[in-house]
Amino acid sequence: MEEYKIELTVNDEKINAIARAEESLLKFLRRYDFTEVKCGCEKGECGTCTVILNKKAVKSCIVLALQANHKEVWTVKGMEKLELGRKLQESFVNHGAIQCGFCTPGMILTAKDYMEKNPIPDREEIKKAISGNLCRCTGYKKIVDAIYDVAVEHQK
Amino acid sequence: MSEFKIVGKPIPRHDAWSKVTGDLKYADDFSLPGMIFAKVLRSKYPATKIISIDTGKAEQLDGVRAVLTAKDVPHNETVTKFGQSTDVGKGFEGLYRVLAEKKVRFMGEAVALVAAETEEIAEKALDLIEVKYEPLPGVFDPLEAIKPGAYLVGENNTNIIGEFGCHQGDIGKGFSQADTIIEDTYKVPFVDHVYLEPEAGISWIDDYGILNIRVSTQVIEHFRDVADVLGLPHNKVRYIGTMMGGGFGGKEDITVETYLALLTWKTKKPVRLVYTREESILCHSKRHPFVMKYKVGAKKDGKLVALDAELISDAGAYPYLSPWVTLYATVNAAGPYCIPNVKVKSYSVLTNNTFTSANRGFGAPQPNFAYESIMDELSHRLNIDPLEIRRRNCLTTGKALATTGQVFKTYVALPEVAEKTWEALGESVECEDENRKIGRGLAIGLMSYGRMTFLHDSSRCYVRLESDGSVLIRSGIPDLGGGQISLLCQIVAEELGVPISHVKIYHSDTALTPLAGTTTATRQTYMSGNATLKAAREIRNRILNKAAEILNVNQDKLDIINEKVLVNYDPSQYAPLVKVIKACNADGIELFCEAQFNAPSTIVPNLSNIRGMTFPDFTFGAQAVEVAVDTETGQVEILKLTTCYDVGKAINPFSVEGQMEGGSIYGMGYALTEEVIMEKGVTMTPSFAEYIIPTAVDVPDVKAILVESGGGLGPYGAKGIGEPSCSIIAPAILNAIYDAVGVRIKSLPATPEKIIRSLKKITLKNKIYTR
Repeated sequence: MEEYKIELTVNDEKINAIARAEESLLKFLRRYDFTEVKCGCEKGECGTCTVILNKKAVKSCIVLALQANHKEVWTVKGMEKLELGRKLQESFVNHGAIQCGFCTPGMILTAKDYMEKNPIPDREEIKKAISGNLCRCTGYKKIVDAIYDVAVEHQK
Repeated sequence: MSEFKIVGKPIPRHDAWSKVTGDLKYADDFSLPGMIFAKVLRSKYPATKIISIDTGKAEQLDGVRAVLTAKDVPHNETVTKFGQSTDVGKGFEGLYRVLAEKKVRFMGEAVALVAAETEEIAEKALDLIEVKYEPLPGVFDPLEAIKPGAYLVGENNTNIIGEFGCHQGDIGKGFSQADTIIEDTYKVPFVDHVYLEPEAGISWIDDYGILNIRVSTQVIEHFRDVADVLGLPHNKVRYIGTMMGGGFGGKEDITVETYLALLTWKTKKPVRLVYTREESILCHSKRHPFVMKYKVGAKKDGKLVALDAELISDAGAYPYLSPWVTLYATVNAAGPYCIPNVKVKSYSVLTNNTFTSANRGFGAPQPNFAYESIMDELSHRLNIDPLEIRRRNCLTTGKALATTGQVFKTYVALPEVAEKTWEALGESVECEDENRKIGRGLAIGLMSYGRMTFLHDSSRCYVRLESDGSVLIRSGIPDLGGGQISLLCQIVAEELGVPISHVKIYHSDTALTPLAGTTTATRQTYMSGNATLKAAREIRNRILNKAAEILNVNQDKLDIINEKVLVNYDPSQYAPLVKVIKACNADGIELFCEAQFNAPSTIVPNLSNIRGMTFPDFTFGAQAVEVAVDTETGQVEILKLTTCYDVGKAINPFSVEGQMEGGSIYGMGYALTEEVIMEKGVTMTPSFAEYIIPTAVDVPDVKAILVESGGGLGPYGAKGIGEPSCSIIAPAILNAIYDAVGVRIKSLPATPEKIIRSLKKITLKNKIYTR
């Protein structure tokens, strides 16, 4: 497999790395120890691998690592650096919206991306926004509650 | 003790922050230097002979470190109790075969193992392994497999691996007294747990020559089975259980561990194995399909007089926990009702489908679907309100379970939970659209918490109070995301009067934490909760004893609140906790304790007529739904979902609500969309695109109503909720569909196709009658 030098920013820090031609962004990130980006299906169907790539939430398992060259990536670990990220983390914790936690990184990033583009809080719209992130534990209710509360506060 | 400070409060979980920051390392997030990667070669056919396996080319591939087949496994076949320790007879033991040898029984069956320097090389090596197969006819329907002369899946002369029954009264006489009889067959399919975290683990040999396996598992006690396979003494194999990304019973059996152990033992290198989603759906256990033939008789006033059930479950290719699940189904077959004449006969039958084993509910959801559909039929036929007919028949405190005669000494929250949940549906939704029909459905049920009492279950926990008032807990308890470890921290913080942030728990390590038993059977709140409570109270007692000396007050007048041991009628009189600890230490009083809690013990029942106590206790619940059925597409939308359970005591209401909300949706998928379709043993739904689980847009806002009767056997009167919470929802939904469009679906899932076909049949029937 061919390899290429790439440079990108992950969670506000520049890295110089080597990406393989056929490697997904998911595999690339996990290879570089960003293990907070989870792998649930590797087919773009479950959303656990969601990251934010140049201000857009994407499923990193169906994005090539090379596509991230010269771009900005955010994972859940970077959320503590951002006000909205921190609020979402706190809200998830305080609403009991985390059970096994495996869907949580993807959920938070999808939520952040959605809220930045949709200032008006709306439960039904939130459900649509996170419909690409599967959760098997919570039934989604407390996750929607957590996101909705931040959306209401964010609007003010 | 006065009111609770920490127990009963919806506090954030102990592990919540590490999950939300991404810091927590799950099973696949851990690496060791020199680590190599494993892959598993699986059978091409569901039923086949293996004529030969040639691993030569694979072994020669650059970067391949090991290729193993059955001949390389020291004890490829063992008879195991699947994680249990008590000997309860051959009926509950089964063959555990590591790698297929002469005959393959299902398509996901492992045939060979590869370890290589990269995952890509390991995958290439799989393709180079040459296996000569000779396909066999196989059998894929348990109704066929049960017949004499059927294709034999295993090495015995029958495919039946379990036969159970119970009866009371006189079934013939009962039916003769009935004013109405309903006879029907209900079917439920294979479903998958689809925990978001696929099976994963890593193994290595440490400096002392101990084989370590760090794995996502609900049962760390499997270290014994792995040791037996390798021919090692039990104390040379260590399991470290990770915080799981979901379990639901699918990680109750051994998944990756034996393969890891064999490859590490062979190569002496750390080995990692993680399943792909497709592999996971293909090869790990499934929920048991059941074919359930019911005949129920009732009087005009709705009183049940007789119930006859025959349950046949598909055990798949290997026994695993099938006999257990079938026993559960037998005990649960008549539901939470008083019925004087009952006969149940159950069979567990091998087929060449993927093996079936534990899945949340463990044999309770399946009969519940049947008997609650029948209760709904009866309510319509006899023109009795669905709540009322259940009121007239349901168990109450002091009554006995209709199947086994187990008497309910603890509080039975029926019909209370049914009334509350039905009322919580509120006003009915109006609908103008003539193609959208609204309907409501109710279901009630029961499910045990705690293991079968003839297993003599026990759990242990160690608690230590440090000199500075911080606390350390050691428990073997595996955490699958249900808040298991958090629960123990809450109990200890409450008993020792310290903030929960001062409590640290080490968990799930067979070398370093006392074994707490499996995280299964909805047993951990009950078993480990009680063990932890016992240990914490012993330490609390020693503290209060010393403080009584220091403060010169009777011990029973003391309490520990916020790190102060104070006099409850005059809190200004107190001693700081650390001062009391110091005094204890000076006097050589131990401030640590390892306690064991034992569940009630019974003997192995007569399996052809199971009578008496089989479980410590049961949780009672009810669920109600309002649906909208689209008569053009068959699509079902759930508008409202209410769920009410008597949880005894909600130690952490967030966790309990989470189980009830999550359980409802887990069951909703079972009712409407989930089915692992196997055609002649070939899985046709190996990904999330074909195996459909509810997404956020599919779900209503579940309304969870907690009843806290205090009547449970767990700490503070708690009951278990993990499995009961998903065991009742399916018939509630299907009863609502009937109410909406008059269509009775008797097999899950109630897909749009099934609904449309049934609607067409009814319309056609009506057309014929009106000509």
